[in-house]
Amino acid sequence: MSAKSASTVTAFPVKSSAPAAPVVAAPVVAAPVVALEIKPVRRFKLDAAVAATARNILPPLVVICCLLAVWQVAFSEPGASLPPPSVVWTESRDLIVNPFYDFGSADIGLGWRVLTSLERVAYGFGLAAIAGVIVGAIIGQSVWAMRGLDPLFQVLRTVPPLAWLPLSLAAFRDANPSAIFVIFITSIWPIIINTAVGVRNIPQDYRNVAQVLRLNPLEFFFKIMVPSAAPYIFTGLRIGVGLSWLAIVAAEMLTGGVGIGFFIWDAWNSSRLSDIIVALAYIGITGFILDKLVAAIGRIVTRGTSAA
Amino acid sequence: MPAYLKLDRLDKSFTRGTTTTEVLSGINLIIDEGEFVSIIGHSGCGKSTLLNLIAGLTQVTSGVVLLEDKEVNAPGPDRAVVFQNHSLLPWLTVYENVNLAVAKVFASTKTKAERHDWVMRNLDLVQMAHAADKRPSEISGGMKQRVGIARALAMEPKVLLLDEPFGALDALTRAHLQDAVMDIHARLANTMIMITHDVDEAVLLSDRIVMMTNGPAARIGEVLDVPLARPRKRIELASDRTYLKCREAVLKFLYERHRFVEAAE
Repeated sequence: MSAKSASTVTAFPVKSSAPAAPVVAAPVVAAPVVALEIKPVRRFKLDAAVAATARNILPPLVVICCLLAVWQVAFSEPGASLPPPSVVWTESRDLIVNPFYDFGSADIGLGWRVLTSLERVAYGFGLAAIAGVIVGAIIGQSVWAMRGLDPLFQVLRTVPPLAWLPLSLAAFRDANPSAIFVIFITSIWPIIINTAVGVRNIPQDYRNVAQVLRLNPLEFFFKIMVPSAAPYIFTGLRIGVGLSWLAIVAAEMLTGGVGIGFFIWDAWNSSRLSDIIVALAYIGITGFILDKLVAAIGRIVTRGTSAA
Repeated sequence: MPAYLKLDRLDKSFTRGTTTTEVLSGINLIIDEGEFVSIIGHSGCGKSTLLNLIAGLTQVTSGVVLLEDKEVNAPGPDRAVVFQNHSLLPWLTVYENVNLAVAKVFASTKTKAERHDWVMRNLDLVQMAHAADKRPSEISGGMKQRVGIARALAMEPKVLLLDEPFGALDALTRAHLQDAVMDIHARLANTMIMITHDVDEAVLLSDRIVMMTNGPAARIGEVLDVPLARPRKRIELASDRTYLKCREAVLKFLYERHRFVEAAE
């Protein structure tokens, strides 16, 4: 922070002194020479940054525009089965323009609905992350636990998320905890399995160091196991968060209440196809952000680990 | 006077399935306090297994390791190990790597400020204080090994075990580190046991050289005293008669009487 602000502070006097220097008697001060050297460097960096952004942003933008154009042409004749982009825009403009409006309990912006769904994901995925890392660590450490539990996990992880819903509704007798449980049970398997692999791959050297230092199991868990297995753990978390976002939308369609999944089901029942298309975009973008978020946290946490 | 470190009739065999391989048999050795002992032998003769037995990282099949008359059967900071490939934790800085050991070993006996001073003192000892905030990936192989030595020394071990500490380093860096180890040994007078396959290194550093026969069931073939005065200077020793004689003795043992044969396993 301080270095950044310091650089902008020095940049300002340099900028202002450059045009000022020719007005005042020129040969007196040597400062303009310095300003000329600095200025081009800064502009170059800005140019490079703009160019890099353009390189990354422009292609997807072009592709999206092309797809929208094709879509518009394909569905614009009267009686088409799906609305074209122009109709989506006119029918659902309030949903697109303002994600956070609130006109009473049933008529709220999609931003609020996404946040409600995210809250469920936060509970379910948070619990799955904690439980998954602990169970994965145990399985990775103990050959016996692995042999006993691995076949069970391999079978359970193939059960589709919604297949758990009736059972959890029966067990919890309430929609909200059931939805959270479905997220939990869906996202925990990749976390367990990846953590177990990560723990099994802890180099013997690190284990030897821990033994010589006589680290107790808790110290070993936090000081050796978690940092060493972190890249694997974050791979599992990333898969897990993607799965939980898949599961919540499906679960909400069945459990009802507030949430982006139920919104889609509700819109389908009242034939608001445009709203569904907008909701799909919201879901996709949110899922994308979730994935990048977990990946970014992973990158920060595992800074040193991968470079041995 | 009881022996400082005593290896008494050590046997070690590994069993996998129905086949049992005897690695070490009948190892007897007494090491005095402050002594520098090298263990040399061809690869696969069980040198590292012997060091792991002393460290407690591997359990003996029969026999006993006694340190100050107490049996050793589990690893502990009183027998710190400098591992061949430094084994620094890559997610910790140099300082944190050493501090991990110091915080554990001196948790109750030193205050926080004392522990900090002790970490810096040990980094100073290996001339690595300047890189305290670097991560292992940012420093060279020789520097990593220096930090590994600092971490081991910081535990204030009764015996410092070095497992081919310079094996992965280039010749120049190796010479620097050998000098550093000699300097530390002179200053702290601690007991050190070093595994090596380098004859010059063994003669230069050791008070005694333990020569192992080839496996399986390797034994101590011979123990050679190195009666060279300390401090030793590698350049002066290059033409020293005693040095050359010791060197010759080790070479003869390794290449005449116990030539390395590729095992047919």
